[in-house]
Amino acid sequence: MSPRIKKFRKVLNMPIIKGFKPYGLEANKQKKEAITLLFEEYEALRMCDYDMFNHSKAAAEMNISRPTYTRIYASAREKVAKAFVEGRQITIEGGKVYFDSDWYHCKKCGCFFNNPEKENKVSNCPLCGSDEFNSCDNDNYHQDMSTKYCDDVCFCPVCGFEEIHVNCFPCKKKICPKCGSYMRRK
Amino acid sequence: MKVAITSTGNLLESNIDQRFGRCAYFVLYDTESQSIEFVPNPNKELEEGAGPASVQLIASKEVKKIISGEYGIKIKSLLDSLKIQMISIKNPDKKVKEIIDLLSH
Repeated sequence: MSPRIKKFRKVLNMPIIKGFKPYGLEANKQKKEAITLLFEEYEALRMCDYDMFNHSKAAAEMNISRPTYTRIYASAREKVAKAFVEGRQITIEGGKVYFDSDWYHCKKCGCFFNNPEKENKVSNCPLCGSDEFNSCDNDNYHQDMSTKYCDDVCFCPVCGFEEIHVNCFPCKKKICPKCGSYMRRK
Repeated sequence: MKVAITSTGNLLESNIDQRFGRCAYFVLYDTESQSIEFVPNPNKELEEGAGPASVQLIASKEVKKIISGEYGIKIKSLLDSLKIQMISIKNPDKKVKEIIDLLSH
């Protein structure tokens, strides 16, 4: 059986360097090949040990589960320790990641926008110019009515009961409140 | 500053296209001269890589903001590195004209 496909991990900050090089290696020691630290491992290390986030918060930031985060973090520490002890180079590259900046939601015109220039703070909405906007992390996002509901309808194939579909909740897993059978998307 | 809006048609009354890479037209609006240009999207029918190709087209026009519905996973990182701002409007009934009005507040 093939393993489960890895989810994309969200990385907010690119590392400013490509890697590290050891110096003062004894001349008779053979130079070993570099260790590859993945972007997600770099990000995990940065959040936990630099920003001092706890694992659950860091996992939420990266859009992965807490156990997955802990595994990535453990692997990052293992790699860094290995590089230190064996005097190897570290290159930071690869991994199943996507880069994203922080997103904001404007209350006036209802648009979402990001801030590509991290140095400057957002002062107003780029579309309507209003200053009523809030940062949208995943929790706020799902509370927003316009994104929670769509025009689709779930229905029960047995008794015909209908209900408005809620995003992120598969109809196939919903149980009809009337007859108790599994529902379907219309 | 130039703003690109994805559109389903080549009229000001057309609706906003919810997809970025495979939209029918790009509306290039210059906020200073208030000029409007309609550019048909040559990457609409591409089987793969329509998003990055569209980003290339947009970047060559020196656009600083993009207004669309959704952005794919390949595009977000590209636009981030090009420092182009993404604005997402999740309302398919919004007209291009209304967006231009909003921009010139």
